[in-house]
Amino acid sequence: MEKASRPSQLFRNLSAKFAAIPMVLTALVIFVGCTVWSFVYSFTRSKLLPKPLFTTEDLFSIPMPTWLIKDGSFDVYYITGFVTKSFVGMAQYDRLWSNSRWLTSIENLALYAGFALVFSLVVGFILAAFMDQKIRFENTFRTIYLYPYAMSAIITGLVWQWILNPTFGIEKIVRGWGFENFEFAPLQNPDLVMFGILIAGVWQGTGFIMALMLAGLRGIDEDIWKASRIDGIPMWKTYIKVVIPMMRPVFVTTLVLITAGILKVYDLVVAQTNGGPGLSSQVPAMYVYSYLFTAQNLGQGLAASTMMLLGVLIILIPWTIIEFGGKEKR
Amino acid sequence: MKCRFLIAAALAASVAVPATATELEVTHWWTSGGEAAAVAEFAKAFNAGGDTWIDGAIAGSGGVARPIIVSRIIGGEPMGATQLNHGRQAEELIEAGLMTDLTDLAVKEGWADFVNPTSLLDACTVDGRIYCAPVNIHSWQWIWLSHAAYEKAGVPVPTNWDEFTASAPALRAVGVVPLAMGQQSWQTSGAFGVLTVALAGPEVWLKVVKDKDVDTVMGPAYTAVFEAFGAARQLSDGADIQDWNQATNMVITGQAGGQIMGDWAQGEFQVANQVAGEDYTCLPGLGVNKIISTGGDAFYFPLVDDADIKAAQLRMASQLMSKEVQVAFNLKKGSLPIRGDVDLSSANDCMKQGLEILASGNILPDGNQHLSPDTNTQLEDLMVEFWNDKSITPAEVQKGYASIIADAD
Repeated sequence: MEKASRPSQLFRNLSAKFAAIPMVLTALVIFVGCTVWSFVYSFTRSKLLPKPLFTTEDLFSIPMPTWLIKDGSFDVYYITGFVTKSFVGMAQYDRLWSNSRWLTSIENLALYAGFALVFSLVVGFILAAFMDQKIRFENTFRTIYLYPYAMSAIITGLVWQWILNPTFGIEKIVRGWGFENFEFAPLQNPDLVMFGILIAGVWQGTGFIMALMLAGLRGIDEDIWKASRIDGIPMWKTYIKVVIPMMRPVFVTTLVLITAGILKVYDLVVAQTNGGPGLSSQVPAMYVYSYLFTAQNLGQGLAASTMMLLGVLIILIPWTIIEFGGKEKR
Repeated sequence: MKCRFLIAAALAASVAVPATATELEVTHWWTSGGEAAAVAEFAKAFNAGGDTWIDGAIAGSGGVARPIIVSRIIGGEPMGATQLNHGRQAEELIEAGLMTDLTDLAVKEGWADFVNPTSLLDACTVDGRIYCAPVNIHSWQWIWLSHAAYEKAGVPVPTNWDEFTASAPALRAVGVVPLAMGQQSWQTSGAFGVLTVALAGPEVWLKVVKDKDVDTVMGPAYTAVFEAFGAARQLSDGADIQDWNQATNMVITGQAGGQIMGDWAQGEFQVANQVAGEDYTCLPGLGVNKIISTGGDAFYFPLVDDADIKAAQLRMASQLMSKEVQVAFNLKKGSLPIRGDVDLSSANDCMKQGLEILASGNILPDGNQHLSPDTNTQLEDLMVEFWNDKSITPAEVQKGYASIIADAD
């Protein structure tokens, strides 16, 4: 039996492969297919409904004398080449990058991303390090810190909108204590509004980062701690010089997860400010939605969403290469 | 389902009007107090005819509701009927053949004879076919003034825009916000339109929105409007509100002096039991140019295969245009009826002013009839940014406005 030729690779585990077909098709058609579709149509002047890049009439038409076409008896077209009215090249992208609302969105996102990344990584790690000290009621604390993550962004946004609202929230409470001139209304101030959103975002996301970090910390061998204790190395030094470098894969994965989450931030902003006051808390995802549906300008919306995809790819591709590319060498 | 059918059948038998009773889902964004009371009149009339009105109200104004409505129609899950503002919003849906053609009904009932002004029906017409039933006329061109606020400040209620701006410091002195303005972009953009029509005049305004004339935007008439609008944004400091009806509420309660808002604000005053001329004053065209724009709402009926639904759609369209329903609906909503042959003697002071202006023919088309949603969105973004970011000068926003008009389709 063992002498018989091995069945070809293609037919090994046939039932498993068969079972995977629906998922493969879903991934190909929905993820890859729709992404390509969006990309292609971002070069058209599509409004509410998609307009194809070129129509077949233009490919197979025959030149006809003007008088025949003018009286309408022949429904034919001149040869106009492959490029027809719908294709506009980079025009949608030109318009996008000269639109002040889009530029504000990008600035806001950069600000939000910078602060949210640093803050949730640092606080998440510190919280996890505290949790790792064999404290009592660890389960309880872990649940409390992780709870905000279980809440939808819309609810988080609404709750923080109320907390930060000057008429019912923090400002009113502090004034009630006797500080009559206390002012705290970040969501009403165009210069501070992104920080108001940041508070809610960090409040929601940090617990999850803590959980990831804690899992990473638990993966560190007890012997390393014992060794460093014998050598008399202070605890903070062990964390920085030994533990954090050992946790590199956890950090990289966390970084990618947070960044991808930040790029698509939408519901939090919608619930808190809806992009206001004015346009001061707009984010790219709101621009995409607004142009796809409210402005009925599909081409512009798809151009913006392609730029968002590009942002995600810039983060994901290097990560994939670092994490999975070098595997054979190890 | 069976139970529902039995009830419907029993109803139909007892009322014995149409042979079939059909459920029709109707989507709209009439959710404020006055609006909800008005749309209930439609439902009442439709149910009385033996059919069933399934209410699909979508909260959060047209900007939120329209995308939902449009994507349902495109996505092949159409409702039975839907509110939209007539104009260019449904243009592509009609061209793609997604809407029911109402021409036969319109011809049979002679819509063209009684719809006044005729521009309302024109806005429903694409290639000579009629695709929507207009239900009311809405005009943006109003400012609503609170008597309570002016009493508190000890100054007479203004009679035009100049007096209004002059009275602002007196209001400020007693802690009243002179101008209530919600933060949604359509509100600032709309108020700018009103100010333009009032200060620069309708001809100049039409040159820009209809003929897309860039030179007019950069001309002196528009410069004055941009400066006035720039001055107006100082007047709304201290009003941290989002929705238009919250702003109207500030006027009702005397926390704000006035609000530039369309005549749908009227319904809110009515729900709050306020009397025009006693508790509040309305000035068409900001008291400068007595004129009204004739935008409005219309019902569109998405094309479906089901013959029963199609018949119900036509029944509804016919009802919406009928005299009784027009009167009942528009009295509650505070808007003007689409037919000139109905009796509105029970209308209040403000509505009567509107009716008079309508009868005198001093009317304008609505911006929606000439500007595409794409252009509108860009203008709204620009105006709301300008209103909130005081570092942008009127000259800068004028340039931005001109470049959007230059690219308008």
